[in-house]
Amino acid sequence: MSDTKSSPRILVFSTDTISDPGIDQAGQRKIHYSPSVYVISLPCSSGIKPRWIMHAFEQGFDGVFIAADGIECSYNHKCAEYTNNIIVETQQMMKDKNINPKRIRMAALCSVCAEPFVNHMENFSRILVELEN
Amino acid sequence: MEKKKQRIGLYICHCGGNISDYVNVEEIGKLMQKEDGVLISKDVMFTCADSNQKDMIQDIREKNLDAIVVASCSPKLHLHTFQEVAKRAGLNPSNYVQVNIREQCSWPHSDKPKDATMKAVGLIQAGVKRVAYSESLENIEVEVKSTVLVVGAGISGMRSSIELARLGYEVYLVEKESVVGGHVAELEQVFMSGQNGKKIINDLYEQVKSYSNITLFTNAVMENVSGSIGNFSVDVRIKPREEISGQKEETLTLHAGAVLVATGFDPYQPKEGEYGYGTMPSVVTLPEFNEMIRNNPGKLVHNSRQIRKVSFIYCVGNRQNKGENKYCSRHCCTSTIHTSIQIREKYKDITSFHLYRDIRTYGKQEVLFEKSSRQGDIYIRFDEKEPPQIEQQGKKTLIRVTDYLTEKRELELEADLVVLVTGMEARKDSTDISAKFKIPIGNDKFFNEIHPKLKPVETVIKGVFIGGSCQGPKNITESVQSSLAATAKINALLGSGKIQLAPIIARVNQDACTWCGKCAEVCDYDSLVKTTAANREVALVNRATCAGCGICAPVCPENAIDLAQYTDSEIESMIDGFMMEIDPGEIGKAEAAVEKEVLQMREYPQMWKNILSTLNGGKKTIPEMAEELNEKKELVTYHVMTMNRYGAVVPAGMDEDEEYYYYSIKN
Repeated sequence: MSDTKSSPRILVFSTDTISDPGIDQAGQRKIHYSPSVYVISLPCSSGIKPRWIMHAFEQGFDGVFIAADGIECSYNHKCAEYTNNIIVETQQMMKDKNINPKRIRMAALCSVCAEPFVNHMENFSRILVELEN
Repeated sequence: MEKKKQRIGLYICHCGGNISDYVNVEEIGKLMQKEDGVLISKDVMFTCADSNQKDMIQDIREKNLDAIVVASCSPKLHLHTFQEVAKRAGLNPSNYVQVNIREQCSWPHSDKPKDATMKAVGLIQAGVKRVAYSESLENIEVEVKSTVLVVGAGISGMRSSIELARLGYEVYLVEKESVVGGHVAELEQVFMSGQNGKKIINDLYEQVKSYSNITLFTNAVMENVSGSIGNFSVDVRIKPREEISGQKEETLTLHAGAVLVATGFDPYQPKEGEYGYGTMPSVVTLPEFNEMIRNNPGKLVHNSRQIRKVSFIYCVGNRQNKGENKYCSRHCCTSTIHTSIQIREKYKDITSFHLYRDIRTYGKQEVLFEKSSRQGDIYIRFDEKEPPQIEQQGKKTLIRVTDYLTEKRELELEADLVVLVTGMEARKDSTDISAKFKIPIGNDKFFNEIHPKLKPVETVIKGVFIGGSCQGPKNITESVQSSLAATAKINALLGSGKIQLAPIIARVNQDACTWCGKCAEVCDYDSLVKTTAANREVALVNRATCAGCGICAPVCPENAIDLAQYTDSEIESMIDGFMMEIDPGEIGKAEAAVEKEVLQMREYPQMWKNILSTLNGGKKTIPEMAEELNEKKELVTYHVMTMNRYGAVVPAGMDEDEEYYYYSIKN
């Protein structure tokens, strides 16, 4: 069986100028992570709609990870707060659908955060596997 | 809503093996031909090669493609390349999607080629589905004024104003103080050149005066800022100068196409009692010490006492693990060491003690550290957890410090003067300036650029640039470099008189909007305003000021806002694409991608054809081929190596004299 079947499927929302270059760098440095991680890059994590996250769960993703800019966000210094609000709102929607709120996570990643990204993916995968058991 | 795209061209890149060594692009290419809406699906050696770009243009025109997808490297590298290809072919560049199957697929999953191939299928399906919902968007064209407002007449602002004036722009240079020059004018000597700071400023001031297209306003404070890129409108209140009687305060409205903010920094001011500052007369800050040096030509005297022993305490108000100023101010180590050399040269009989945490005389400034050490300066390293203790005993000032270089020995030093090496802070009025221009500020209160490496002088406010130390601690050289970089960006922006803004902005579905105002509350750029449409209050987006962050979209309870190119259909269809089930058997023997000796490509790139034509049945070395093709050897080497890898050519012995391999066409 391929790893894409056995590993939890994780959808990552990254940001065009900060966290996505960090994820790219993991690839450039050939640091391996699970092939069941898929990335959608956006201008800012504060622009993620809860319905997109819910759609991901409906389609079979096991977890959603938001690679936010945190204090480095060039658009808004309250970016982390706004992104957190989106997560809180989504978690309520997840509870209503009997989806464990632990299936969504957020962390700030910078444009050179290759190792931290890979570590986050490993940890999150582990948590998602535990949730299945 | 636009019609869903049904004539999509898909180009999957081998990237010379960077992708196809791990991902079976050839099989994916075949598989994707069956995908709904895909008219053409090709695997190509280098999608970015000129020959392929020409082929793509031909395909778009001949097959009447309505969208294209390139699955290759990161969009950060070639998004613009392929948008231009679309444009040249007459296709709207917004109908193009780039899928990253290199940095986010073949490279990080090079250990699992089969899974990498499966993932690439998902990524490409997502790209195809996304492009199917893409809309033809037009850039927003804005006419711009050839006038630049420069805020701050320190060294950065003056230097930029002169360059902008030279380029022919009308420049308004606005300074809050009554004199120009900022902190540089206060320096007796600047490192590394040793020039007098005031003289540098005077020379620049003379140049500013010599340009008729620079208007300098001193004692000038910005009041209201309105408008947007191309036509900012700024009210400047000019206070009367005390020395000129009868002068009245007046407010002028200045119009500018772009703004350069170069407002500089404030020196950190120690709190009362911090290292004895304000309570012990022998404790001063570095800027105060510099002033003392300026005013004491013969002997260094403070409080009627000749100074023979100076102790510098570094990192005061900077690099605070528990405080607010976590950053390093970059210039202060070098500035202090330079000052120490300066006082030794000026006053001879003087000893300097440097109580430091780390010495950061980076780059060419390291020679100053060397010089200071040779002149006998004493360096004592302390830790932030055990800062030096200052004590006044009668007329004596004693410093107790734990020296981390001598196994934490407790040392006691007597000092005639204690100089606190204070770094930079964001200006006290930075939040005010930030609010006026809507420039984002960081937790450290310095202005934020879009990206420290890729867009270091641009802000998310189109047309507003930052230069110098208002962005973060910098020395003079770095400040001028950054403000001149901003100057070049302004010139590129305003040069043609018109600018094209990317169409990635928020859009309001006014039929669904019920105007609750939440979108306007979260928008830092005042880009969403209330308007009336069909007798209803609804939101309206200012297309010129919208930064395209999308922050307003999730807060809308009616889901009436979306961001162009990031609509619900586009994002949700991508998610669907990732999750589409593929039978691994359909991809064929995917793992064989790394084992096959020869991969069959639909067509060789033009450079390969050229190389094969030079061989013409015989054999040649790489330098011979390069000479015949009039191409660089490095380029030919790269292609020949890849051709060898793909079995298009084979080594055919060696030229023993020149020590180069021959290559010939593989039969």
